[in-house]
Parts: sequence; structure tokens; C-alpha cells
Amino acid sequence: MASQTILQKLEILADAAKYDASCASSGTAKKNSLGGKGIGSTEGMGICHAYAPDGRCISLLKILLTNHCVFDCHYCVNRKSSNVARARFTPQEVVDLTLAFYRRNYIEGLFLSSGIVKSSNHTMEQIVEVARILREEHDFRGYIHLKTIPEADAEIVHQAGLYADRVSINVELPTDSGLTRLAPDKDARQIEGAMGKVKADLVEAKDARKRFRHAPRFAPAGQSTQMIVGADAASDADIVGKASRLYDNFRLRRVYYSAFSPIPDASAVLPLKRPPLIREHRLYQSDWLMRFYGYKPTEVMQATEADGNLPLDIDPKLAWALKFREQFPLDVNRASREQLLRVPGLGVKAVNKIIASRRHRNLRLDDVALLTQSITKVRPFICTVDWRPITLTDRADLRSLLAPKSEQLELFAA
Amino acid sequence: MRSSSSLSGVKLGTYYVVHMPEPDDFDFWRERARGLIQCDVPPDRIAWVEPGGSGDLFAHGKRRMPVPPKDAPPVRANRRFVSLARNAALHSDPERFALLYRLLWRLQANPRIMEDKADLDIRKLEELDKNVRRDSHKMHAFVRFRLVEDEEGGEHYVAWFEPDHHILRANAGFFMRRFSNMRWSILTPRGSLHWDGETMAEGPPADRSDAPSGDPTEDLWRSYYASIFNPARLKIGAMLKEMPKKYWKNMPEAALIPELVAGAQKRESAMVEKGTLEFEERPETLAAIDKAIHACRKCPIGQLDNHAVMGEGPQDAALMIVGEQPGDQEDQQGRPFVGPAGQLLDAHLEKVGIDRRTAYVTNTVKHFKYVQRGKRRIHQSPGAKEIDTCRWWIESERAIVQPKLILAMGASAARGMLGKTVSITKVRGEPIALEDGSELWVMAHPSYLLRLDGPAREEQARLFDADLAAVKERLEELAG
Repeated sequence: MASQTILQKLEILADAAKYDASCASSGTAKKNSLGGKGIGSTEGMGICHAYAPDGRCISLLKILLTNHCVFDCHYCVNRKSSNVARARFTPQEVVDLTLAFYRRNYIEGLFLSSGIVKSSNHTMEQIVEVARILREEHDFRGYIHLKTIPEADAEIVHQAGLYADRVSINVELPTDSGLTRLAPDKDARQIEGAMGKVKADLVEAKDARKRFRHAPRFAPAGQSTQMIVGADAASDADIVGKASRLYDNFRLRRVYYSAFSPIPDASAVLPLKRPPLIREHRLYQSDWLMRFYGYKPTEVMQATEADGNLPLDIDPKLAWALKFREQFPLDVNRASREQLLRVPGLGVKAVNKIIASRRHRNLRLDDVALLTQSITKVRPFICTVDWRPITLTDRADLRSLLAPKSEQLELFAA
Repeated sequence: MRSSSSLSGVKLGTYYVVHMPEPDDFDFWRERARGLIQCDVPPDRIAWVEPGGSGDLFAHGKRRMPVPPKDAPPVRANRRFVSLARNAALHSDPERFALLYRLLWRLQANPRIMEDKADLDIRKLEELDKNVRRDSHKMHAFVRFRLVEDEEGGEHYVAWFEPDHHILRANAGFFMRRFSNMRWSILTPRGSLHWDGETMAEGPPADRSDAPSGDPTEDLWRSYYASIFNPARLKIGAMLKEMPKKYWKNMPEAALIPELVAGAQKRESAMVEKGTLEFEERPETLAAIDKAIHACRKCPIGQLDNHAVMGEGPQDAALMIVGEQPGDQEDQQGRPFVGPAGQLLDAHLEKVGIDRRTAYVTNTVKHFKYVQRGKRRIHQSPGAKEIDTCRWWIESERAIVQPKLILAMGASAARGMLGKTVSITKVRGEPIALEDGSELWVMAHPSYLLRLDGPAREEQARLFDADLAAVKERLEELAG
């Protein structure tokens, strides 16, 4: 093959990386480049430097070191038997690109992943080498997210955590049988074992820093993972269950969902239709319910329909409220914070505002309207000094009254 | 309202005009506001005028500030107010200083007013704060530096940005902390900032033409932007919400957006055509499969001059024998395992005592893959991709026949069942549990024996028989 230019390689290796959902650059240790030799800072909140027309933010330079791969996972565009164009960066090329982009304020940092070449260890060493050059030779203090390879030695993965802000390992599919079928070279136990090891390293590093101020940090932005939705038969209830087990067992910061989307040169064992994008959105909403609204995984599962999937036409919180109507209406002037968080249409911010304001006045419906996005959505589930939804909660057609009227248009419906 | 007993320097009916030296000078506002509160000047008696703002309306107002009485009580303001006010003061709303003063005035009587989120003044303050924070955040995100060479041949990064509010000075620290070892300048219509690696300098308002017009690295950035975009999902609303069009003109990548959006649908359909196969519903009868495979052109093998070969045997067979693909003979006769390899297989089956007529015999790949050499068609092994594509059909057959045991002959057949390439010597002779509850046995393909001779062939034939015998034994167990 004629040697490729950096531009050609970038096109191939960014294209190959776009199926990784995570672009987070927040929640890491604060650092800046004052007093250093290089550039870079992280100040808590992540920054999205651009948005692509797919609605996703571009925060990091998200690329693969190479898209050559010895594995043959069917959902993956880079699998061995796929006919896509291949390319390979040297670690130095990735470093140069990262710095050139960072200096022009295009990015917050680097998200580096890779296909597996030669061996898992060799690949992981190359990934770590990029981070080492950035951190040690260029004193780069921006954000680094490294994808780690579960089959690589724990020692190399540990090195990655010492340079990176975040490390992640993809569980890929929500069920073990899905993994066996679609990613025959991967092993669920090995993946979870690697996540367990990272968790142990995280706990140990945190513990060490409590006692020694200069103990090295280990992935201060924690670990995350990603699951593909809609490539196997797993229902939303399965997925939510799996996600909550992962959160519990491995102290993950985030579980990302990626709706399976048509990939070039796909394998025929993949499903016929891609799942509606809204399904991914509903799963993220359910994730939010568990992380910020105090719902237990079992409660989210209660919101699913007979087939184990969350309804697509309404959000999971509304679905739950409609199933448990006896819990409503709630008096916004008396109900606890936990209760108010269950009212469809009230977010965390709105609940905080209600609780602060009701110390000063007895809230009327108009007051609540000022504090929320949409009073129509909230109204059937609350009482105020001047409002009781007596007729509404008993109505059998409440769902159709609240569900969005127009059907979401699928741009690429088959 | 406070009692008016402490009125000393203020006459009833007097108006005051405060001229702000800078539009973002919160500390100046705080100093003046403190004095005015201590003198009990009500909000409606003060006009706050920005630099360049019109002071004529207040021609009768006093410019000299009243002197607070010595015993005036200290002015109260809680931390929440100060932090919101400091931000809101940067807003371009000309009413902002009046709003801040009105709230400070009200805070003296009711220190807890900040908690009343339904109060209109509080809501306005929070809105201004939110707008300014958003503008600052977008500045952190959307400033784009371009590299130029400075007088000494060093690197100088220069950006042009158009903020909505007076946020430039307040955000100098962010860029200094991030790019502390770079020489950079940010030019805006409201003023400019220059950092040389050690000190920060402020400059006058700039013009777009003062900033460089391009940077070669932008080609790389644009190509990254285009490549990371997934055309299979288009969410233009989500993009516009976070990156409104007003920012586009100063972002090199934004020029690509219309083109990417227009191309997205085309690109996806091209992708589907090229790779993702639009199979219809799974066929429910063997006859339907037979019909469908004859029309199948989903991989290059289907494009050759050949005929599809359907499996044959009882629909309720307990044993399914799967080969690689039809050969020359099979292609001509339209039946599986009828060529030389098939004849060899028949002989071994008979020897071991398996009745071929009770088994469902089929192939992983439905069409004959070959290269033409003169008059002869030379067999070619199917590629992994072709096997995976054709897996759709063998899976459909499996779903209908539901065999208890599948005997895969050769590496291609094994891949068709497992989705990965396995080594026959490693997996032969042991059952492998499949997802649907059946079990898979893998052994060599009979054509392998045809390619050997002498002792090697004898050895392999012995193994071949042993594998078949193990399968026969297992079948009897499963039946019993």
C-alpha cells in the first residue's frame, strides 16, 4: 500500500472511532498549565468544542491508533473480515495531532482506542505510549481517556490509569449469549474481571491519596463502559438490570448506550432493522432516573411494557407514574423531595426551586408554572393551594392526553 | 422600606446618575450601590449609565454622590446574591445595574428573598446570570485560534470571537490557565486580550480583519469533523440547540454542515447498499428458503454463473450435516454432496452405519465459488465475509429443521455455525453447545481426504470414521 498522509489516516481512524459514544471530559481532577512547561487544563466542567449534525458533541479528539484488528466482532466495522480501508498511526503522530488541535482550542483532549494488532499487550503498550509522550515529554495537562483492552496484562492497564483521566472497557453487549454470538473472540468474564481490576486500582489510589498527598492519581475521572443496544435480543429490562449491576459492582461513572447503527460492510448475523434512536434516548432517561432521581433498577423495570421494553412514545418516568397512579397527586407544598422527584415533568432543578420557594409562600399553580418547563405535563400529578386534579388521574385516557401528539419522524426509516 | 429618619444628605425628589467607567465593572457598581443604600436612595431615583450610553435623559440628575451618614448601618448582601450579581453585571442588558440595585435594596428588608424562586426580580437575575454563564461557556468552547508567525519568528495564536455580553475580561483567566505557555491573543468587537506567556495585556476593540484568515491545520480539523459525524443519525435540532448558527461564521468546521446534512441520507443509503443487507423477514418454510436463495445476490459468489443448491432431507431430521459449499457437480445437479466428496462421504457414512436418508444434508454457503481455468471451474474457498453473509440462510434452515445435532464438516461450516474461525484439530471429537439448545460437532471435510494419499490419507480416514462413530453414538444417546 502506498504510504498514507496524516489526513488520509485521520479520516479512516476517526471514521472508525465514531461508534464509541463517550465524549465526556468532565469530572476529573482540576489541573492547569500554570507553572508547567506545556499546555492544558481541566476545571471540572467538560467543554463541548463543536457539535456534529448527528447532535453529538465533539469534546475530544476521538480516534483509533489503528483499525487493523485480529478480532471478528460482527457489530464492529473494524472486524477482521470487514473490507474497510485500514490505517495505522504511530504514537508520535497521535501526539502531534492532539497538540495541534489542542493549541487551536478545538478539543479538550484525547480519547484513544485501538483495534488489536499483533497482541493485546502490544496494542495496549502502544496506547499507553501515546499518553506517556503527551504527559511526560510535553507536560500535557488536558484530558485523556484511554480505552483499555481486557485481554491485556493488568500491569499495562494500570500504567494507562496513571496517565489517563478516565479509562474504559466496553462490555459491548448486554447479555453473555449476545457476546458469544456477535463477539466470538471476547469473553464476558474476562471483561468483567478487567473492570474489577480497574475498580480495585481506583479504590487503592484514592485510599493512598488520603494518607499521602503526593500519591499518584489513578484515572481521577473513573471508569466507564459502553453497551450496544438493539444488536441482540436483550430487552430494556435486561439492559437496565445489567447496567445497574455494573454500576454496583464496578463503581462506574457512566454506562453509555449506543444504538446499533448500520455500519459499512456489516455482517449478516446482525438484525434487520436498526432500533429507533429514541430507544437509546429512553435508556439514557432510565439511567438518569437511577442516578439522579432515586429510582431503584427494579422500579425502572416496572415502567417497562409486557415485552420488557420501555415505551417509546412516553418517557420512563411518566410511564412509571401512570402505572402507579395511586401515589399521585402530590401536594407540592408538603411532599418530600424524594416524592416530588417522581412527578413527571419535574426535574431536579425544578424540585430544588419548589422546595426553596415554598418556605416563602404557599405555592399556587401559577407559581409552579413559573418554576417548571411545562405545567400541562405536571398538572395531573400535583395539588397546589388552588388546584386539585381530581378528574384527571382517574381518566383512562391520561396516557394519550400526555403523550406527544405527533409521531417522531424517522429520517431514515426503511 | 427602611425608615427615613437617617436621611441627611438626600433631599426628597433628588435624582442621581451613576456613570459606569466600564460596562463590566462590578466592583465600581458595588461601591456606588453601597453608598446609595446607606443614604437610603430608593431604586427609582437612580439612573445607571454605561460608557457610551445616553445620559441626556437624566440631565437633571445629580452626578455627585450623597455622603452616607457616619452611623449608617452596614449594607447586607448574602453570598448567593454577590455571586449571581457579579455575573449578571456582565450582561449586555442596559437595565442590569438597576435590577441589581433594586434587589440589593429589597435584600436589606428581607435577607431571604434570594430563596424565593417565584419572585420576578430573582427570576430576572437568574436569567441574566444564566445567559452570561452560557456565553462564557460558549466562548471557552468556540474560540478558534489560528497560528501566525510573530516578529521574532515565534508562534502566535490569534482568535477572533464575538461574544454577546461583556465577558472578555472575566474569562481571561480561563485561557491563561489553559494556554499558559503559548503566546496568544483573543480579539473581539468589545476589546482584546494578549498573553505573552507571562503577562496579560488588554487592548482596544478589534475588527475581524485584524485576525488571521486561515490556518493549514484547519483542513485536518475539518476532515476530523466530517469523519467523526455519523450520517446514520441526523439530529440537527440537537446540534443547533448547543451550537446556534450565530457562532458558525467564526468556526472553520461549520462551513461543512450543510454539505454533511445533505449528504447524510445519500451516504446511509450507499452504506446499506454496499454492506448492510436488507434481508426481509425470515422465510418460514424450506421451500421459501429454496426460492429465496436462488434469487440471492448478496455476496460476490451469488453474482457468478452458478445455481443455488438447497439442503435436502427430512424436515424433522435429528442430524444435520453441513458442508462448505456446492462443488461443480452439485452446482450442475442442484443437490448437495453428490460430487466426489459426496461419494466419499456416503461411503464412510455407510461404513459407520449412519443412514444418509435420515439426515438433513446442506451447505454453509449456498452457491459454488470458483475461478474459471479454460473449460474447468476451479473450487475457491469462500471468504469469512461470504460465510457470514450466507449464515442467514443456514440459520433459517436450522430454525425450521431444529436438529438435535449438527455435524459441521470443514472450517467453513464451523464458522457458519460459530461465527468465528476455529481449528478443527482442536475442537473435533467434542460437542459444542449452541445457543438454540442443539449441539455442534466439528470434523474434517471429506474433500480434505481426497487431497491426501498414502499413510496420511489412511490416518485421516481413520480419524474421519472415528468422528462419525462418535456422532452416531451421541445420536443414539440423544434419541434414547
